[in-house]
Amino acid sequence: MTDLDVEAGGAGPSHRSLEVGVAAAMAVVALIGIYGSIAVGIGWAADGPRAGFFPFYVSLIVLIASIVNMVQALLHRVDGAVFASWSQLRQVLSVLIPTIIYVALVPYAGIYVMSGILITFFMAWFGRYPWLIALAVGIAVPVLAFFTFEMWFLVPLPKGPLETMLGY
Amino acid sequence: MLQDIAYLFHGFAVVAQPFNFVLMVVGIVLGVIVGVLPGLGGANGIAILLPLTFSMSPTSAIIMLSCIYWGALFGGAITSILFNIPGEPWSVATTFDGYPMAQKGKAGEALTAAFTSSFVGALFAVIVITLVAPLVASFALEFGPPEIFAVYFLAFCSFVGLSKEPPAKTIASMMLGFGLGAVGLDQMTGQLRLTFGFEQMLNGFDFLIAVIGLFGIGEILLTMEEGLSFRGAAAKLNMKVVLHTWKELPRYWLLSLRSCLIGCWMGISPAGATPASFMSYGIATRMSKRGHLFGTGEIEGVVAPETAAHAAGTSALLPMISLGVPGSPTAAVLLGGLLIWGLQPGPLLFTEQKDFVWGLIASMYMGNLVGLIIVLTCVPLFASILRIPFSVIAPIILVFCAIGAYTVHNNTFDVVMMVVFGVVGYLMKKTNYPLAPMVLAIVLGDKAEEAFRQGLLSSQGSLDVFWSSPLVGTIMALGLIALFWPLISRGISFVRGHEPGPMTAE
Repeated sequence: MTDLDVEAGGAGPSHRSLEVGVAAAMAVVALIGIYGSIAVGIGWAADGPRAGFFPFYVSLIVLIASIVNMVQALLHRVDGAVFASWSQLRQVLSVLIPTIIYVALVPYAGIYVMSGILITFFMAWFGRYPWLIALAVGIAVPVLAFFTFEMWFLVPLPKGPLETMLGY
Repeated sequence: MLQDIAYLFHGFAVVAQPFNFVLMVVGIVLGVIVGVLPGLGGANGIAILLPLTFSMSPTSAIIMLSCIYWGALFGGAITSILFNIPGEPWSVATTFDGYPMAQKGKAGEALTAAFTSSFVGALFAVIVITLVAPLVASFALEFGPPEIFAVYFLAFCSFVGLSKEPPAKTIASMMLGFGLGAVGLDQMTGQLRLTFGFEQMLNGFDFLIAVIGLFGIGEILLTMEEGLSFRGAAAKLNMKVVLHTWKELPRYWLLSLRSCLIGCWMGISPAGATPASFMSYGIATRMSKRGHLFGTGEIEGVVAPETAAHAAGTSALLPMISLGVPGSPTAAVLLGGLLIWGLQPGPLLFTEQKDFVWGLIASMYMGNLVGLIIVLTCVPLFASILRIPFSVIAPIILVFCAIGAYTVHNNTFDVVMMVVFGVVGYLMKKTNYPLAPMVLAIVLGDKAEEAFRQGLLSSQGSLDVFWSSPLVGTIMALGLIALFWPLISRGISFVRGHEPGPMTAE
């Protein structure tokens, strides 16, 4: 992990392109908002302003502000600043991708099993812990969570085939 | 007034009940842990734990959750001083002098000064709340929809004017929040809007999911990118050092008082604890005789930001309990809690929920005192948490964020939304869009819209209603001043003939 840190500041996507991208994404969201507001009516009905009235103007302001932000980002001189180096982005993805898989599988395998897998995998692969230690933490945390939530606070969490097998 | 004091003592009795007292201690310990860990802060820590309180009485629940907040405020200082890693944004300014002090072997003095100043700042703010909140609430009972909208207007304009981010970014982020808050059922006409036929969007975007995603997941992604490895000074705190530092601290009473006032002002206007700590540090640098030594390990450089941050963090609850307008994202989460427990935030709380309000205020006094004792005695324990490698902490935090997001509505789609918000939060942080106004806008969107539309209804659609009386006109004018404050302050210093200093930039 430490040898990756040294490389920080290497090549990567420019900060400017990210600024423009975020502003563009917001403008798109604003346009969707404007479209949706017009669909339900932005005018004045017998009982006052219609449902789209408020979101329409809010979206309009987002659109204007996004255009300002985009112009400001484009006018900003190119100083070669990167938003993050490729190795840093690889670090971000190395936590984001497992998280996405985790979230996608929770409805099917249950949150406890998936949490155990996530923790074990992360510790063993990313933290280079021995598998046995990783597995121990990976089992201990979900078991602790199970007792805290299901038993003491009576908050049911999503369960999968394993819990059904155990009779919960 | 006298009656309020009677209520306050009643509040102390409520807090001193064994069950509530245990919750208070649990809350503070959890809060310090949350404050120490990267990726977990006051706002998302409380959001994750909120579902655990559904079965409690509102008073017990608010005692526990607000104590998590105090704990998180204390916890931020530990990592700043010992590890040079601000556990919370409001403790960034504490690293400037706190960490150099620790490197010089004066970690004990720095920690004692930080905790004590935090306590002083919080105490000052609680006294302000005790005295002012009931007055504000009784005053606000007279407010109609135009006045209520004007208060929201003032709150959100202050964000734009006082934020150190570019105004267009603050406005974009805030209005995006209002837009997200508007998705789903329209409260006034009962019509569906902006759902585009997706069933999952019927109820709109829950701000708790947004908070957990934006602050929790987003923060973990940022921490991963920075590849933090924690190397810190040893934490030792013995009674001798504490007493020695306490003997020195009264010398800085003027600094403390100034920091308290800055903190309260910034906390009540929703600028929040982070700018308050920077502003207080900046002013202290200029006013202190030893100002040129700041940054090399001056105790004053720890006292100033810590006092202001705690005063701001605490006083952010004043507008929340008296007006229903939270002054910080954490206060917004607490306000969300009130709604879930079936309480209506706003001035009526003081007349209808006396137990709750005064229990909360009493728990602020007790919680900060107990918090001070806990952090002074348990620093080494909390510091050892940071020695656990991030590869262990990160997946565990992810799991608890997911559990927290799921339990809000028992819905796995919310967990997906949490990750989406996490990526959005990461990108917005990287491009300097402030997240706090977005969260507050999601929370207050429906109420602000309702006040706005009801105001317009009474005037048949004319905007004049927001200038129709001296009261509403004054609040709106204050809002406009706050909105254009950067321009105004630049104008003032231009007239005076010198450049605007760093103080106005913060």
